[in-house]
Amino acid sequence: MTEVTKVQELVYELKLRDVMKKDVFSVAPGMQMSELREIFRTRRISGAPVLDGDRLAGIISIEDFIRWLSDGGKECRISEKMSKRVETFYSDDTLVHALNKMEAAGFGRFPIIDRQTGGMCGIVTKGNIIEALLKELEIDFHEEEIRRYRASHIFEDIRADKSTLIFQYRIAGELSEAGTTSSGLKTTLKRLGFHPDIVRRSAIIAYEAETNVLINAKEGKMVVRVEPAEIYMKIEDKGPGIPDVEKVMEPGFSTAPDWVRELGFGAGMGLPNIKKCSDKMVLNSTVGKGTCLEATVDIRQPQ
Amino acid sequence: MLTRLAWQLINMDIKEITRILEADIVYGEALNREITKVAAADLMSDVLSFSKEGALLLTGLTNSQVIRTAEMSDIGVICFVRGKKPQKNMLELGKERGIPLLATKLSMYEACGRLYQKGLQGCECN
Ligand SMILES: Nc1ncnc2c1ncn2[C@@H]1O[C@H](COP(=O)(O)OP(=O)(O)OP(=O)(O)O)[C@@H](O)[C@H]1O
Ligand SMILES: [Mg+2]
Repeated sequence: MTEVTKVQELVYELKLRDVMKKDVFSVAPGMQMSELREIFRTRRISGAPVLDGDRLAGIISIEDFIRWLSDGGKECRISEKMSKRVETFYSDDTLVHALNKMEAAGFGRFPIIDRQTGGMCGIVTKGNIIEALLKELEIDFHEEEIRRYRASHIFEDIRADKSTLIFQYRIAGELSEAGTTSSGLKTTLKRLGFHPDIVRRSAIIAYEAETNVLINAKEGKMVVRVEPAEIYMKIEDKGPGIPDVEKVMEPGFSTAPDWVRELGFGAGMGLPNIKKCSDKMVLNSTVGKGTCLEATVDIRQPQ
Repeated sequence: MLTRLAWQLINMDIKEITRILEADIVYGEALNREITKVAAADLMSDVLSFSKEGALLLTGLTNSQVIRTAEMSDIGVICFVRGKKPQKNMLELGKERGIPLLATKLSMYEACGRLYQKGLQGCECN
């Protein structure tokens, strides 16, 4: 069982009206096919609903347009070339209903109908749903990440119990401010519904790794992948590197200078702690190049 | 066996702790925390390596890293020993994270001794 329970909850709770795009560009059935060229090009869209008043008459896509062109491009009205059998959703449908149907249909842009009035009130794509969910989880996301989620078909996978979420953090700043990155990660993991012990162990790993980067390399990055079976964390820096990776694993070994010790670090317990909290840990380092720490926490069996 | 059972029944709230340690509540008057275990350390990685969820942390360190450490390891309450008062940004962070903060004039040794005498266990016991 994947533990992405918060996401699962949300896909049952949220309605399409919560996530749909409301101001939709549409075309009229009486418009000419040739007009579409400009519309698709300037608006950078790949299709549009065809509206007769507020009634949905069909959908015209860039594929329909290309087919029309290759058939000779004889001028005609959009209503003659549009697809009339359009799959739609109601605005009070749940996300899980929509995601199921999207997967079965193999495509992802659906007009939304208001059940009361029968008119079209919006449109929804997988991208809208993903964005809304991440926002709901208050997860900081970047456009690029959303594209990646989209590409990895996370929601089909959630039901198939193989989901991957990727979070990236930049580690930088004053040592006295250390912990912001790990705190963010901890909040996210909690929201995703993981067992407290798993959240705690992941947070300790992240925090110890974060402080090590700040002390020794000043900056670095952390990538966290939430997979069906494990949380995988990779913390990398381009700092001075470690001459003897076995030596630094000894409890109590520390090169921390006084200013670091004054802040409460330097017990030489960071790396041993990471090892204790993770189910697998790999430390790679090259002097002069940098350090890469990988740690995984098993999430299949909550303790 | 019996004493062990009896010990497990001992949990104290913040009020009780402040009485034993003659401590002030710097923040968290209204927060309710049940304490069953105690950790005492000045080095944060030590805290991270042995502390238990919900434990009381006794420490002489008063910067934000104490709060971060408590946050990561789910420490329930922090008490500063030797009359130290938390730094301002630390207090802010503590409030933000909802972690009660106490302050006692007692030394670390004295504070630990009193709590131990009252039956509170260290984090290494189960
Ligand atoms: N990213 C890194 N780059 C270079 N050296 C590192 C890095 N991480 C750890 N080290 C070296 O390994 C030593 C041990 O690290 P570890 O985290 O176990 O202890 P510490 O950071 O010294 O103290 P503590 O973590 O207990 O506060 C460090 O003192 C440092 O010399
Ligand atoms: Mg360290």
